[in-house]
Amino acid sequence: MKCSGRKYIKTESLPFFWCSGCGNGIIFAALTRAMEENNLDNKDIVAVTGIGCWGKADDYLTTHTFHGTHGRAIAVATGIKLANPLLKVFALVGDGDGITIGGNHLIHAARRNIDIIVIMSNNFNYGMTGGQYSGTTPFNSITATSSYGHVEDAFDVSSLVKSAGAGYVARCTIANPHMIQQLISKAIKKRQGFRFIEVISICPTHYGKYNQMSSAVEMIKDLSERTVNFKDIDQIAPEDLGNKIMVGEYQNQEVEGFVHRYQRLKQSILPT
Amino acid sequence: MICPKEGRYFLQGNIAVGEAAIRSGAMFFAGYPITPSSEIAEHASIHLPIAGGTFIQMEDEISSLAAVIGASMTGVKAYTATSGPGMSLMSEHIGLACMVEAPCVIINVQRAGPSTGLATKPAQGDFFQFRYGTHGDHMIIALSPASVQECFDLTIQAFNFAERFRCPVFLALDGIIGKMYETVNIPKRNEIKVVNRKKAIASKVDYQPYQPDEHLVPPFVPFGSPLITRANGSGHGIDGYPCDDAKNHEQLVRRLINKIDRYKKEISLFKEYYTHDAEVLIVSYGCSTRPAIAAMKEARKRGIKVGILQLQTLWPFPEELIASITSKAKLILVPELSLGQLKSEIIKYCHQKPVIGINKLGGVSIQPEDILTVLFREIEK
Ligand SMILES: Cc1ncc(C[n+]2csc(CCOP(=O)(O)OP(=O)(O)O)c2C)c(N)n1
Ligand code: SF4
Repeated sequence: MKCSGRKYIKTESLPFFWCSGCGNGIIFAALTRAMEENNLDNKDIVAVTGIGCWGKADDYLTTHTFHGTHGRAIAVATGIKLANPLLKVFALVGDGDGITIGGNHLIHAARRNIDIIVIMSNNFNYGMTGGQYSGTTPFNSITATSSYGHVEDAFDVSSLVKSAGAGYVARCTIANPHMIQQLISKAIKKRQGFRFIEVISICPTHYGKYNQMSSAVEMIKDLSERTVNFKDIDQIAPEDLGNKIMVGEYQNQEVEGFVHRYQRLKQSILPT
Repeated sequence: MICPKEGRYFLQGNIAVGEAAIRSGAMFFAGYPITPSSEIAEHASIHLPIAGGTFIQMEDEISSLAAVIGASMTGVKAYTATSGPGMSLMSEHIGLACMVEAPCVIINVQRAGPSTGLATKPAQGDFFQFRYGTHGDHMIIALSPASVQECFDLTIQAFNFAERFRCPVFLALDGIIGKMYETVNIPKRNEIKVVNRKKAIASKVDYQPYQPDEHLVPPFVPFGSPLITRANGSGHGIDGYPCDDAKNHEQLVRRLINKIDRYKKEISLFKEYYTHDAEVLIVSYGCSTRPAIAAMKEARKRGIKVGILQLQTLWPFPEELIASITSKAKLILVPELSLGQLKSEIIKYCHQKPVIGINKLGGVSIQPEDILTVLFREIEK
């Protein structure tokens, strides 16, 4: 569906603070379009952000917003949703925010199936603080704090969130903006349970520069070349899978969200 | 509720806090179990859902306070309870609550630190942590009960202050007061004064989330309202959008402090025992008040004019009260289950009068004899 997403965007604040070529603008556009596609009312939306470049997304939104602390957006969002279940609560987190400093909140919210939508911009590093490594930085790559090559392995975030119990988990990349919109839209339509969209993004300013890919065009091209949809996985030799970015739905299950369960509990204990 | 009606009940301090929270209209609790505070979480888990509210046990104290703040911004009264180690984990979000101006009540049933310390034993070592427990200039309110009745009364007061000033309010219990059982008088519901935060009345064009009223507090708009609101823990203008202008930051932080500081006198709650003719003044709070009362009675029997100032409000610190009440005293005694935190604050305002601490660690309570021994020694000098 063609949507502009304009009614959610604070146009007076534009242009974005993000560097030219940053993937965040693409995710932001897809998010606001998905909101419009589902006819969400501004007053029903709360966008909770953490701290990081992607955490600045709330500066451009005309919905209710909560700009909090680094790593804790999902915890704040949990409180908002449980205190007013009618709200549509989005947590917009970076990979540093969402799975590194705040990883514990992510897996527990997934396990509990807190009824929120989390959109993670995974650019493999801490953009905001100058490109240091995060929990998703690939083995051997260069960052501001791994000049000799990163010694650790990265999280496969979507698999982790799936195994934690989330009802809906999907991965996409900024090379395919339409798919981002589609997946967010689907998450909105699901209405309950924990819904997690991991968007593989780029940070040309730091991660790109450190790893000999300074142009956004080059990075996006690399992303699309390495992208494989789940559906096509059989066509790829197992030894070639290592370098690929798997996109698609990791999990799509009907689950009973926390809110619904807790409401049932309340009803069951009401004095008769 | 454990006490469905008004009347006299035999309750634990922690439970009295929970009963009062529900009567204050609290509808949300998020917390992480820790001795000696866990009864407050357990009570909330049983009684909040019946009252129509929500209880959640989070994965840690960082997320507990985060969830409380989030819930508060939907217009719901929210609280959490913890002890030293959890208080330390909450540090960053104490500042967040100050900055986004989220009314909330944080109960710390103090235990012996530092670190895990003596996990089940009481202490009063977090006196300064209440005040300075987060980075940056800021102001909070901290109240401290010395009996189970005060646990009830001051919990109501804590929610009222949180609502009125849109700030975090601490309840400083300690392992003795929290775990102790006493008779409590619970008033009729309609006799309990409950304050609710002031709501903003504005048009969509005029509304600014951080536009303060004449008391320096911005009227509140909950998430979900047709007036769109923004909570922002970063430096922000009155519109809630980020602003790193130097003058704006200065104004913002000064306002966050002044909105409380300006009403310090009203916030300052205390009790006096025989202070009118006291030559020796004991200044106490929380559990150390109880041996102080016993010691005072014994000393008075022996003709020594002892009086007590019991602070119920610890922060903002009642400087003027201390200055005026100590002006007549010849000697000031400060019993504390710490190495003298309250004492160091009193020294600043008591006209260089001698201030002697009666300090104990180890998680055992101060005895009346501990106070009397020091008293007799000092007056013989
Ligand atoms: C408790 C805390 N530690 C460290 C920081 C500094 N900090 C700000 S943003 C950030 C990392 C951001 O990375 P990410 O979440 O991946 O977002 P990006 O900037 O890449 O969008 C860090 C470490 C902070 N704000 N708070
Ligand atoms: S530093 Fe990286 S993540 Fe941040 S705005 Fe620039 S390109 Fe984007």
